[in-house]
Amino acid sequence: MNTSDQYLKAIYLVQQVEDGPAATGKVADMLDVSPASANEMIGKLEADGFADHEKYKGVSLTDEGIVRAEQALQTYCIIERFLIEVLEVERFREEAKALQTVIDSTVAERLDTIIDRRSECPSCFSAEDDVCQHIECELVETADSEIAD
Amino acid sequence: MSVTRTVGSDHQLARLLQIGMVLEEVVEARAYKHAQSTDIDLEDDVLELLEEAAEESADHRSRLEALIDELEAEPVAFEKIEPLVEAQYGKTKPDDFDGVLYDQLCNEETAYKFYDDVIGAIAASETSFSIDRAELVSVLESIREEEREGVEEVTELMETHQ
Repeated sequence: MNTSDQYLKAIYLVQQVEDGPAATGKVADMLDVSPASANEMIGKLEADGFADHEKYKGVSLTDEGIVRAEQALQTYCIIERFLIEVLEVERFREEAKALQTVIDSTVAERLDTIIDRRSECPSCFSAEDDVCQHIECELVETADSEIAD
Repeated sequence: MSVTRTVGSDHQLARLLQIGMVLEEVVEARAYKHAQSTDIDLEDDVLELLEEAAEESADHRSRLEALIDELEAEPVAFEKIEPLVEAQYGKTKPDDFDGVLYDQLCNEETAYKFYDDVIGAIAASETSFSIDRAELVSVLESIREEEREGVEEVTELMETHQ
């Protein structure tokens, strides 16, 4: 996933949590970059027609930006689910975040052919918990069944 | 976390190589499934292409496995991936002859893109890996070159069947 897609995904998630424009500082925090870097990239996204930035209010995605952000989020969801289902990685959030910089959407699509992902993905992603809400449920269910055994 | 495309540790490198192994295993298993499919009548040259693709993927994964071993990480067994491909194949299988070739083209292009991105991320990294960087890059570049040739072969075959 390239840098601009990572920004679009971060803005999309911050907007969901804030239920309004995303503060640049929160986008920078989510991506662990400096506010100056975030401002520079948001300017590029605005120039490309993916976002609107209003001073003192924050950044909002355009319709085109939302489509790209949802595609990026879907790629991320595939990586997370692949790490859990196929490689059985416990620290899947942390690793998915590191891997998303290298794994492209075309590669994720191939990985998607061997995982069990819901048709509503990525709308089931919880921005507040930073994970697919079904993954959380499934992990709790797995843990419960292991305790029962 | 960083937004830069880079490889920051042995652990992350091993994870990427594991993903490479899985991609190769998916190619190999899907090629076998296509070849065995009774729904689509495949000509000899296409069957030959699928057989070669499966053999090449098996070779690539053994080369990736050797690198993963050097990093003291766990390889991903073909026996683990094959049933996953089998389980989802019904939902993702090609519908016709063109679909088989297109699926194979996607396999080769995806693999090429993956190795190209990983090589780029290694080049951008200042991490000192516990395996020889030159050897690592040499193996990945050689596999990437074979994937590029694979894209050409499938494209040529698609043209002859038009």
